[in-house]
Amino acid sequence: MLKIITAVISRDLKLAMRRQADIVSALFFFIIVVSLFPLGIGPEPDLLRKLAPGVLWVAALLATMLSLPRLFADDHRDGTLEQLALAPHPLGLVVTGKVIAHWLVSGLPLALIAPILGIQFDLSTEGLVAITLAILIGTPALSGIGAIGAALTLGLRGGGVLISLLVLPLYIPVLIFGAGAVDATVTGLGGEGHLSLLAALTFASLGFAPWAAAAALKIALE
Amino acid sequence: MKDRFNLYRFASPAVFYPLAGAMTPYFVAVSIVFGIAGLWLGMLVAPTDFQQGEGYRIIFIHVPASWMSMFIYLVMAFWAAIGLAFNTRLSGMMAQALAPTGALMAFLSLLTGALWGKPMWGAWWVWDARLTSELILLFLYIGYMALTAAIDDPRRSDKAGGLLLLVGVVNIPIIYFSVKWWNTLHQGSSINLAKSSMATTMLWGMLLMAMCFWMYSIAIALMRVRTIILERERHSDWVKTLLLAGDPK
Repeated sequence: MLKIITAVISRDLKLAMRRQADIVSALFFFIIVVSLFPLGIGPEPDLLRKLAPGVLWVAALLATMLSLPRLFADDHRDGTLEQLALAPHPLGLVVTGKVIAHWLVSGLPLALIAPILGIQFDLSTEGLVAITLAILIGTPALSGIGAIGAALTLGLRGGGVLISLLVLPLYIPVLIFGAGAVDATVTGLGGEGHLSLLAALTFASLGFAPWAAAAALKIALE
Repeated sequence: MKDRFNLYRFASPAVFYPLAGAMTPYFVAVSIVFGIAGLWLGMLVAPTDFQQGEGYRIIFIHVPASWMSMFIYLVMAFWAAIGLAFNTRLSGMMAQALAPTGALMAFLSLLTGALWGKPMWGAWWVWDARLTSELILLFLYIGYMALTAAIDDPRRSDKAGGLLLLVGVVNIPIIYFSVKWWNTLHQGSSINLAKSSMATTMLWGMLLMAMCFWMYSIAIALMRVRTIILERERHSDWVKTLLLAGDPK
C-alpha cells in the first residue's frame, strides 16, 4: 500500500521538478496577491496586522486552486490516468499519492514563504509561527478537497473557473480555522484548539477525499 | 400473468412521465389551498407582534423558504445516492430538476432576511452564523448547477453532480459548525432573534406556508423533470409517438 503511494509521489515529484516554472509561478501568484492588499487598503501597521491572517489564507486558497486543474489534466491527456485506473491497485491510493505530491509542490512552498510575507504585515513572532504552522497543517486539506473538484471537472470546458465554484465553498472551514489560529494566538487565547481542528480536517480529507476523487475520476473516464 | 403493482416500474422515465403529468395539477392545487390559508392566517388573523410590529409578517415567507432550501438539498442528495447506488436514470433527473428550486429558496430566504433585517436590525446584512451558512448553501447550489450544466453527457452530468451533492452533504455540518464558532469567536452574539414564545396562530400560519412551499416545490420539480425527460429521451420511440399524437400530456 505504501509502495504504491510512494511510487506515485516520487513520479509526480519528478514530473514537477522537470517543470519548475509551474511551481514558481503559483508561488509568485501567492506573493503578488498578498502584496496587493496593503496597496489597496493602505499601509497602517495596525490594520495590516489585523488583516494578515485572512489575507494570507485567502491568497493561499487561491494559489492552491490555481494549480488544481493540472492535478489530473496532464495524465488524462496522455492516457496515463486510464492506465492508472486499469491497474490492479485501488485508484484511491494512487490519488492519495497524487494529493500528497500536489501538497509538496504547492502547499509546502506557501508555508515556507508565509513567515516572510507575515513580516511585511508586521506580525509578531508568535503570529509568524502560528501562520506558518497553520498553513503547513491546513494546506494538505486544501489539496485533498481540491482533488475532488479537479476530478469532477476533468476535461470540461471552463474547468478552471468551475473548480473554484465547486471547491471554494468547501474550503471555508479550513479558512476559518486557519485564520482563527493566528488570530487566537495573537490575541493571547492560544491557537492550539484551532490547529487541532485544522489537523483533524487535514486527516479527514486525506483519508476520505482521495476515494471520492477516485470515484469522480472513474465517472470522468467512463 | 397478472400484473403486480411494482413501485420500481416508475423508475422508468417513460412510465414516470405521464404519472408526473397527472400528479402535477394536484400538487399545484394543494399548494394554492395551503397558500391561501397560510396567507390569510398570517396576514389577517395573526396578531401584530408587540416588538416588531407588522414587519415580522415576512417570516411567513422567510422561514418556509429557509426550511425548503435546506430540505431540498437533502432530497437532492438522497436522489443522488439512489442514482449512484442503483444506476437509475430518473434519480439524476430528479436531482437536477430540484436544483433551481432549491437555489431559488435559498435566494428568497436571503432576500426576505435582508428585507426583514433592515427595519429590525438596521442592516441589510450581518455576518450572523445562520445568514452566512445560508449564503454558503446558495453557493453549493450554484456550484452544482454550474457543474451539471458544463457536462454535455447527461449520464456523466448526473453522476458527477450526484457525487458533488454527497460531498456537499457531508460537508454541510462541518461548514455550519465552523461558521458558528467563527461567528461566536469574532463578534459574540450581538443580534439574536427574540426567543419569545410564538402565538399559536403565527405558528400555524408558518406551518401552512411551509406546506404551501413544499407542495409548490414538488409541483415545479415534477414539471421540470418532465421537460428534462422529454429532452433526454427525444430519440426514443415513446417520445416520438407522444409528440406525433400532438398535445404532449
